[in-house]
Amino acid sequence: MSLWKQHAKLERHSLLLVVGILLVVSIGGLVEIAPLFWLQGTIEKVQGVRPYTPLELNGRDIYVREGCYLCHSQMIRPLRDEVERYGHYSLAAESMYDHPFQWGSKRTGPDLARVGGKYSDAWHRDHLIDPRSVVPESVMPPYKFLAEKDLDYRDIVDRMKVLRTEGVPYTADELTNAKKDLEAQADPYSTDAVALRGRYGAKVVNRDFDGDPDRITEMDALVAYLQMLGTQVDFKSYKAQAPENQR
Amino acid sequence: MSAPSYTQARPPAGSGALLIVSAVGAFLAILGAGLSQDPIFRLQAETIALAGVIAAFVLNAGLSGGTLVEHPDRYSDNVIKAGVIATMFWAAAGLLVGVLIAAQLSWPTIFYFPEAGWLNFGRLRPLHTSAVIFAFGGNALIATSFWVVQRTCKAKLAGGIAPWFVFWGYQLFIVLAATGYLMGATQSKEYAEPEWYTDLWLTIVWVAYLLVFLGTIWKRKEPHIYVANWFYLAFIVTIALLHLVNNAAIPVGLLNHKSYGVFSGVQDALVQWWYGHNAVGFFLTAGFLAMMYYFVPKRVERPVYSYRLSIVHFWALIFIYIWAGPHHLHYTALPQWAQTLGMTFSIMLWMPSWGGMINGLMTLSGAWDKLRTDPVVRMMVVSIAFYGMSTFEGPVMSIRAVNALSHYTDWTIGHVHSGALGWVGFISFGAVYCLVPWLWKKKDMYSTKLIEWHFWIATTGILLYIAAMWVSGIMEGLMWRAYTPQGFLAYSFIETVSAKHIENVIRAVGGLMYLSGALIMIVNIWKTIASPSAEPADETAAPATAIA
Repeated sequence: MSLWKQHAKLERHSLLLVVGILLVVSIGGLVEIAPLFWLQGTIEKVQGVRPYTPLELNGRDIYVREGCYLCHSQMIRPLRDEVERYGHYSLAAESMYDHPFQWGSKRTGPDLARVGGKYSDAWHRDHLIDPRSVVPESVMPPYKFLAEKDLDYRDIVDRMKVLRTEGVPYTADELTNAKKDLEAQADPYSTDAVALRGRYGAKVVNRDFDGDPDRITEMDALVAYLQMLGTQVDFKSYKAQAPENQR
Repeated sequence: MSAPSYTQARPPAGSGALLIVSAVGAFLAILGAGLSQDPIFRLQAETIALAGVIAAFVLNAGLSGGTLVEHPDRYSDNVIKAGVIATMFWAAAGLLVGVLIAAQLSWPTIFYFPEAGWLNFGRLRPLHTSAVIFAFGGNALIATSFWVVQRTCKAKLAGGIAPWFVFWGYQLFIVLAATGYLMGATQSKEYAEPEWYTDLWLTIVWVAYLLVFLGTIWKRKEPHIYVANWFYLAFIVTIALLHLVNNAAIPVGLLNHKSYGVFSGVQDALVQWWYGHNAVGFFLTAGFLAMMYYFVPKRVERPVYSYRLSIVHFWALIFIYIWAGPHHLHYTALPQWAQTLGMTFSIMLWMPSWGGMINGLMTLSGAWDKLRTDPVVRMMVVSIAFYGMSTFEGPVMSIRAVNALSHYTDWTIGHVHSGALGWVGFISFGAVYCLVPWLWKKKDMYSTKLIEWHFWIATTGILLYIAAMWVSGIMEGLMWRAYTPQGFLAYSFIETVSAKHIENVIRAVGGLMYLSGALIMIVNIWKTIASPSAEPADETAAPATAIA
């Protein structure tokens, strides 16, 4: 058959072969991925999703640094048991400002997409320092060092600037006040907290997340991040069955 | 062959340039380390500086001492020898870390150290996966591809010093990635964890690798490009494409280790799994199929079963694999049309995968008796069998209803390991068992009995591992969705964790057995290299190309 003879050309010309390979492997990615950037329905229209505050962002970066996603997903599937165990199924909109996404692929520990507000700050601190002190059967590693390490936030403005370049809508005001906002959120008595809430919304809380009032530690940042996870969207007003949210 | 002439003894082309680049690189790295305020970046820059200084020093000594000499009439085999040693070193390292993190999940009070956070599971797990996939697998692929492309093209490796640059550059990539993970430099994208500067470095090394490979093909004395080389080419080219797109990121500063990827949320998820699944498809499948297409026919001294089947399954495999990524995102916030496409193509993928399996297995036609007498052949055949098994299991798990149960559980871990330990590990070990006597000019491996031991210990280890993960994965999946007659969830999450303890222990034992097998192999290789040389092997022995 002549088709086999045609193939002999590819077997004799390495560059033809390379071009052939590149063409063949490009199609699938183009068809599947490219439309996600322009199809309007990819991300739902919801109220409440906002960029991370500086302290939460640093906390999220610690979550990324420690590889938490290797054991904890942040993606609740629309299955009966998951919705009952973890809460409303996750929306694409809820991770629209996540660089990188942390949906995860494994649940050695439970899903964290809606862990915010489920436990007290003190529980999180105790659990992170020694997981087995509060959950005896846990196989999670201890994160004692987070409570002992001062948070290094010298480059927080640079971090927010990069994210703004990539499409996260940080305002000039938020960039200018990044350090002030970060310090305000970790201080329950801060007078700057009003301005912080003015920029990031009324739901933002300022607390001493790690129970150590003298310093801002990595524990402060991580707990602040965990406590806001999944709390942004108001599901009382979200209409899952509305046409614009059907995908 | 002409008598050796001292006037013609030249160093490999580009040695001087590489010396200058190493020295300049070391200088820039020292500058970067000195100026950076970021402790992680500083340590990584110091590592680069050290590598540059050592490279410059060694190159300078070799050039001025006259020991760095090109032999135009010989195949470049020393870089392959180095590759074989690196393959086995990283195999031991990667498997050891795997056993350690398996032990952490089995006995958390013993194997976690509150004072050493850098030994936590979250930092060691990327170290394990990268060490096994990219360090062990990558070195095996580079070393075997250098052997195969030279023999099937009857041409010496192109590029003068470039193959050595590829080898050492790749080791530097591994060291930067591995030490970075321990310090906390990670993008936390599965199998794409290294930070931006490490990614850039790998890009340079990878382009050099592609050019060396293509350059050697261009010098070939055979009109046909042998089928193994198609698979190597697809692997090199596609990995470059995947790496560049998935790692697109903006660094926080030029002297800062941290970067943010340009994609976010749902788009990032699909780009990542387009990458992630095709790291499996092109790194762990196409590359190792190339290995199969050379070493199996060579070892059993039979032609490849079907030339036409190899053409059909090659193009079908690389076309369909690319679509399969969304099956990692079933029931997530990814639009359903993309999930359905991913599932459909994943099921179709079963056929070209088994095309490869059939072509590999049927190559033994007329030589099945070798299965009994040659443990290396047995290892490669079992490897192809594991390939067939896991490429059947994969499409099953990609069906949405099955995935609802299997996703997020240990079943996925078991599936990956039947592919990684069974297919990738065994075909690489088989290739190395072939290569060592050829490279070091020995009649055979030091001990066939030790190969038998390796085979049986490792095979039993794999079976323990994957059986334990099937049980624990399906068990936890069922427990998560179990309801009481009153309609409440039957189990709290932590009950599903403690229920897996025995399976976790069995998994650790299986992993330890697999590691033991690799250590036995290292001893065997060591003894083989140290043994007295046999007759010099035939340098120009042509491989089984005639049928391709």
